[in-house]
Amino acid sequence: MQDLIWLLPTYPLLGFLSLVLTSGNLPKKVVGAIGAGSIGLSFLTAAVIAYQFLGSGETHLVVEMWTWMAVGNFTPGFSFYLDGLAVVMMLIITGVGFLIHLYSAGFMLDDPSYSRFFAYMNLFVASMLVLVLADNLLLLYLGWEGVGLCSYLLIGFWYEKPENGYAARKAFITTRVGDTSMAIGLFLLFAELGTLNIQEMLHAAETQWAVGSGLAVAASLLLLGGAVGKSAQLPLQTWLPDAMAGPTPISALIHAATMVTAGVYLVARTHVLFELAPNVQLLLAWIGLITLLMAGFTAMTQHDIKRILAYSTISQIGYMFLGLGVGAWSASVFHLMTHAFFKALLFLAAGTVIHSLHHEHSIFKMGGKRKQLPIAFASFMIGSLALAAFPFTSGYFSKDEILIAALEMEGPGMILWLGGVLGAFLTGIYSFRLVFVVFFGESKGHHEEKEVAGLSMATPLIILMVFALFGGWIQIPVDAVFSHGEVHEEHHISNLMHAIMIVVPLLGIGVSYLFFMSKTFSVEKLMANPLATRLHGFWFSGWGMDALYSFLFVRPFVFLAQVNKNDLIDAVYALLVEITRVAHVMIARTQTGQLRWYALSIGGGVVLLITLGVVL
Amino acid sequence: MESIPIEHGLILAGILFALGLVGVLTRRNIVFVLMSLEIMINASGLAFIVAASRWEHADGQIMFLMILTLAAAEVAVGLGLIIQMYRRYHTVDINVLSQMKG
Repeated sequence: MQDLIWLLPTYPLLGFLSLVLTSGNLPKKVVGAIGAGSIGLSFLTAAVIAYQFLGSGETHLVVEMWTWMAVGNFTPGFSFYLDGLAVVMMLIITGVGFLIHLYSAGFMLDDPSYSRFFAYMNLFVASMLVLVLADNLLLLYLGWEGVGLCSYLLIGFWYEKPENGYAARKAFITTRVGDTSMAIGLFLLFAELGTLNIQEMLHAAETQWAVGSGLAVAASLLLLGGAVGKSAQLPLQTWLPDAMAGPTPISALIHAATMVTAGVYLVARTHVLFELAPNVQLLLAWIGLITLLMAGFTAMTQHDIKRILAYSTISQIGYMFLGLGVGAWSASVFHLMTHAFFKALLFLAAGTVIHSLHHEHSIFKMGGKRKQLPIAFASFMIGSLALAAFPFTSGYFSKDEILIAALEMEGPGMILWLGGVLGAFLTGIYSFRLVFVVFFGESKGHHEEKEVAGLSMATPLIILMVFALFGGWIQIPVDAVFSHGEVHEEHHISNLMHAIMIVVPLLGIGVSYLFFMSKTFSVEKLMANPLATRLHGFWFSGWGMDALYSFLFVRPFVFLAQVNKNDLIDAVYALLVEITRVAHVMIARTQTGQLRWYALSIGGGVVLLITLGVVL
Repeated sequence: MESIPIEHGLILAGILFALGLVGVLTRRNIVFVLMSLEIMINASGLAFIVAASRWEHADGQIMFLMILTLAAAEVAVGLGLIIQMYRRYHTVDINVLSQMKG
């Protein structure tokens, strides 16, 4: 049964092919059944495989399918590698992915491009499965690029609006910067170590490279570039908020099950390289910390419900990077999993809210919706509690582990921990600001709206609620994967620290309550201060990163493009064309159609030739 | 009997050829163009005859017979074309036939 691991990406791929080849001619019920059913089959297969694999007690399993290409001693294959990390990832992708598909079957029912939607979604899941199951970096890269392509197609799903196409291009180009860095990293690894097979490569790196050697630093930096692009971390994080242009289930899929988790997975998968380059690993932690704080501040100022969630994703991925940076590999993967649960829940619930309110995105035009949208309210409550790391929800356990690992680290551990705690405080504020503004207070504007949630939309929400609450008790089987890198010792953290980590998110929620619920403090009064206004504007724009990139890259590029509008190199070929054309015109003039002229030129030519023959 | 020197024969042939060429180049009536062509062909035939009598060799005369046959065939085809041209264009002006202008 474990040999059937190739079925996992095959089901969604078949779903994609059948939906694409019928090009929307199937009835919607069939499309929904194929779209969600293929992922469901994958999930069942994954569950059986995981059960057998974990029962067998083996640490890893390699299933070789066939050789992709053979060039000299470079023979990457379509072969899959299964270990604890891959098991966790494939269960998240297929499980959460299936719930999102099920939800979409109801959510997208009115969309004319129903079939196209599911085709892209299936391809997305298939690519992501290839990514996490690949046993060599080339196959991983195939999945990596497939994910990038699908994110482009899905963000620009409603392509009639130009700004959606712009957002899709932005996402594609920004992640492409990271992908290029990763491709160069792969070249370097192959040139130096002679293999792209992940396990062999890691083994060779360990034996050949000293800790902190230049090659290890370069390779891990290049791979980090790829991870940063995909996972929307500093400095390539600007694409994710704009990626909200797509339908809401796509945001759920990108943020929870696929795409942004790929970077975290890549670093966890190649963690040996990062251990060989401690400085890069520390950089990883700092990137995570700075990103999570920047995104946290920005999330507090946004008023588009989806953008708030997008910035919270960037912030939570920042926590994962922080965890990776301090060597808490399994804690990061754990946070990846719990984040998948509650972020999928939040996005799907946000989809219900937006759907019920006729595509209203601004939270300040909602209000008092807890009676009208009970399921969405419950989802948001639980999702936000987990997001803010309320004690004993799933997010609490995973975030706790990361912060404890940061605290235990030598050197800058304390600063990283403090930053992480500050981030948790911000998380409490922005997540409950959203809940209080949307679901409490007086109802605004919209008429009595019924919650549009059929069975296919309500079921995934309820299942995800359960996991968001209790997912923290799941034990992820990744000890064998990270065993030699992690030191398992008893945590010697004082009770004071524990208390701080529990209280700080609650403080954040409390501040949010005072501002947005009881109105003890007034946002308007705060905003009367000019400094606060400017700070708000700065944070609202995402710390001016878009403007900065526009100034640094976009405008110089556009300028160069305008200068070179007539393509200098093309001028050479244009000249060639012009010469040929002039010659053609001149020779065509001799074709008069007059017989006597032809006779004259024949006669004249003969005379000329004879004269030449006589004279020379 | 005093024989005619070869130079005289060749000069006569050359003059006839040049006259024919000028006729081809200057005449607009296609019938005259055809006649001028005949003169050119016969001028070359004369050159063969003169040369054959100078070297007392039969080849030149055989060549002349061939040219004569060729000229007859050419006239037959040429006259046929002229009749066709007249039927189609109601003229024998050669300048009218210039559709192949580039």
